[in-house]
Amino acid sequence: MTTRFVGDTVVLTGRSLRHITRSPDTIITTTLMPIAFMLLFVYVFGGAIQHGSGTYVDYLLPGILLITIASGISYTAFRLFLDMQGGIFERFQSLPIARPAVLWAHVLTSLVANLVSLAVVVLVALLIGFRSPAGVLAWLAVAAILVLCTLALTWLAVIPGLTAKSADGASAFAYPLIFLPFVSSAFVPTATMPGPVRAFAENQPVTSIVNAIRDLLTRQPVGSDTWIALAWCVGLLVVAYALAMRTYRRKFS
Amino acid sequence: MTTGVQGPAVRVQSLEKSYRELHVLRGVDFDIARGAIFALLGSNGAGKTTIVNILSTLLRADAGMVSVNGFDVATQAAEVRASISLAGQFAAVDEILSGRENLVLVARLRHLKDPGKIADGLLERFALAAAARRRVSTYSGGMRRRLDIAMSLIGNPPVILLDEPTSGLDPEGRLEVWQAVRELAGQGRTVLLTTQALDEAEQLADRIAILHEGRITVNGTLAELRALLPPAKVEYVEKQPSLEDVFLAIVRGGSPGGSDGADTAAGTGR
Repeated sequence: MTTRFVGDTVVLTGRSLRHITRSPDTIITTTLMPIAFMLLFVYVFGGAIQHGSGTYVDYLLPGILLITIASGISYTAFRLFLDMQGGIFERFQSLPIARPAVLWAHVLTSLVANLVSLAVVVLVALLIGFRSPAGVLAWLAVAAILVLCTLALTWLAVIPGLTAKSADGASAFAYPLIFLPFVSSAFVPTATMPGPVRAFAENQPVTSIVNAIRDLLTRQPVGSDTWIALAWCVGLLVVAYALAMRTYRRKFS
Repeated sequence: MTTGVQGPAVRVQSLEKSYRELHVLRGVDFDIARGAIFALLGSNGAGKTTIVNILSTLLRADAGMVSVNGFDVATQAAEVRASISLAGQFAAVDEILSGRENLVLVARLRHLKDPGKIADGLLERFALAAAARRRVSTYSGGMRRRLDIAMSLIGNPPVILLDEPTSGLDPEGRLEVWQAVRELAGQGRTVLLTTQALDEAEQLADRIAILHEGRITVNGTLAELRALLPPAKVEYVEKQPSLEDVFLAIVRGGSPGGSDGADTAAGTGR
């Protein structure tokens, strides 16, 4: 059964990856907004923001990377919704395959697409002056955090993908996720925010994840933020996976 | 692959299913003999698709016993899925892939050897070879349906479930699908088809059942169903060509084999 699961997942992942290579505009669209935010903040607002030492683009990039993931997973929900709508999801489910492979294929495709988008955004950041003294290990750690984040948010995206009644509904859930970084340490330090806002900002996952990535990229010693960030990512991943599977079983069983 | 089990190909007993307060199926009973074409008639919302979804293990029944190819849909779902093939109400094909890629995909998911060869054989058989490498989004409705049915033949499952296979097709597309269904039954497969088109059931089915208000109200051969009404009167009427006869005569333009070319040409325009 496990070999079948792996084989079926590979076949179905190949199929949805082909969707992305045949319409690469989805990758361009998902990177467009984060890149626009990055340019806006670096060249318009950034000069007026007191963010401490280093260039503003160095400060900003971790938050932009999270926005990139949030914008990317809305396409995962959209692609899953299209499969549900077109009946091909049911066709797969009626075949003698390992059933969860259908969902895993979408999740793995989302991971690949998001990693490509993230690479594109980092490249643009490098072009406009982003520099990091981080070594290979630190970059690998950053990549690991981003992969965990993507997986967690992708499983979250599976839920609207399975249940949405319209294409807009399927992708709309990502908007709050895109705006969550604005009330965090992603764009400005939390110190200047008024009490309740600051309390929210400092205790929501984006801040610890952004701080963890920032520390790694600027070669700061790994602080407690890193562990909090990992706890958020893993916790969210477990909860989102459980909820997505429950939604799936309610629909097909 | 999973043949050889005794008994009818499909057995449905006291099947019930509700969606919240809506009691769609209130005790449905029918059998389908092996190798038969069985038509399930019913108006919109009668529950035909619900029955098909329960038979194909996509939906769980509330009560009753349902078996396909001798396997219980509730406890032996994997064996049921190996025995059936489903072509849903809307051609469930991948629009971004080509026709050939769609077929190869299903062949690989059915874990068959040489998926490419299987795909090429079916493309030839369903007159899609010329469009094999084009994206399905460029296909006409008839071509999509043919591809859809071709996909459901991969792996030679003994039971084929076709949910309104001709809805939304033009008369030519309908005839093509009918031909495909007849071929299937000719090879000994069991076909369950749902339809709203009464002439379709008349043309194809060995047995016809009518689903009404959650139950099978009538189940029999066409002759048996006709016998339910008063005997036929003999009347003399002038035989006019039907609009369908006219349409097909014009569209086919005298060359009986020309339908595929017309279909392909129509497809590029969409």
